[in-house]
Amino acid sequence: MGILEGKNLLVTGVLMDSSIAFHVAKIAQEQGANVVLTSFGRTMRITQTIAKRLPETPQVLELDVTDSEHLDSLAERLSAHVDHLDGVLHSIGFAPQGAFNFMEGTWDDVSTALHASAYSLKSLSTAALPLLGEGGSIVGLTFDAKFAWPVYDWMGVAKAAFESTSRYLARDLGPKQVRCNLVAAGPIRTTAAKSIPGFEQFEETWDKRAPLGWNVNDPVPAAKACAALLSDWFPATTGEIVHVDGGVHAMGQ
Amino acid sequence: MAQSEQEILAGLADIVNEETGLDTASVEMDKSFTDDLDIDSLSMMTIVVNAEEKFGVRIPDSEVKNLKTVRDAVTFIGGAQS
Repeated sequence: MGILEGKNLLVTGVLMDSSIAFHVAKIAQEQGANVVLTSFGRTMRITQTIAKRLPETPQVLELDVTDSEHLDSLAERLSAHVDHLDGVLHSIGFAPQGAFNFMEGTWDDVSTALHASAYSLKSLSTAALPLLGEGGSIVGLTFDAKFAWPVYDWMGVAKAAFESTSRYLARDLGPKQVRCNLVAAGPIRTTAAKSIPGFEQFEETWDKRAPLGWNVNDPVPAAKACAALLSDWFPATTGEIVHVDGGVHAMGQ
Repeated sequence: MAQSEQEILAGLADIVNEETGLDTASVEMDKSFTDDLDIDSLSMMTIVVNAEEKFGVRIPDSEVKNLKTVRDAVTFIGGAQS
């Protein structure tokens, strides 16, 4: 029996089959979960095609996490496919190109990044909450926001807000027995990563710094950690950030 | 089974038409996806993913940037099928 047997999971952020979220959905299905995906706008068609590459083709619902109508109707639209939710994966981030220049980024750039990449964790959780019961698990993906990284700039600031948002959700959803945790993955060559100018600067150094080594082309370790946090195997863990980075976060240099 | 260049071109033109609304006749071998057909990166991703399904091939991300013209794509797909 899989660790997610019989669980209903909402998985956001499946774009290509290189997406971390794709591998979370795949592992979740292999572990017995029933998965519903979300996508939006012009990416819907890509997600619908990529969804066919999962062991079972899931439903794809439209959800723009910055659209209040989409959010307000999410629980009702989900109810057509599942009677409750056991977990939600937040694998969403967006920043305009201007946000990747720290000193030049405008408030328009930055506020868009914060809305789509940090506040969206609260929005998504609130939208899913009517269906999330006791033992529910919300899991998000971050890129360790303790540090100032090359090129990440305002997206790094958005990730710091995202990590803080997760802690407040842990505080406010804990009494409902709903957990909220994050996985801080090392750099992975996804579509999102490739849209960050200069991303290759991470790729070159991470493998050398990681005691376990690091493969930027392998999203599976991060996906496995997400699946584990979505399962019942972390029943007393919330507000946590699990590093899946080959050990880089623990090294002095 | 490998398809002829003309079959691949016709299939690709259908995919481009479905994504962008461009007339299939405008999808000619020497047209550039970006400069002539005005296809942006998101549409290109959609076209690549649907071409993978339609032609039963994988087009690695590292290859997509080399597919500048329709001919580049037809040649790659034909090679990947054989």
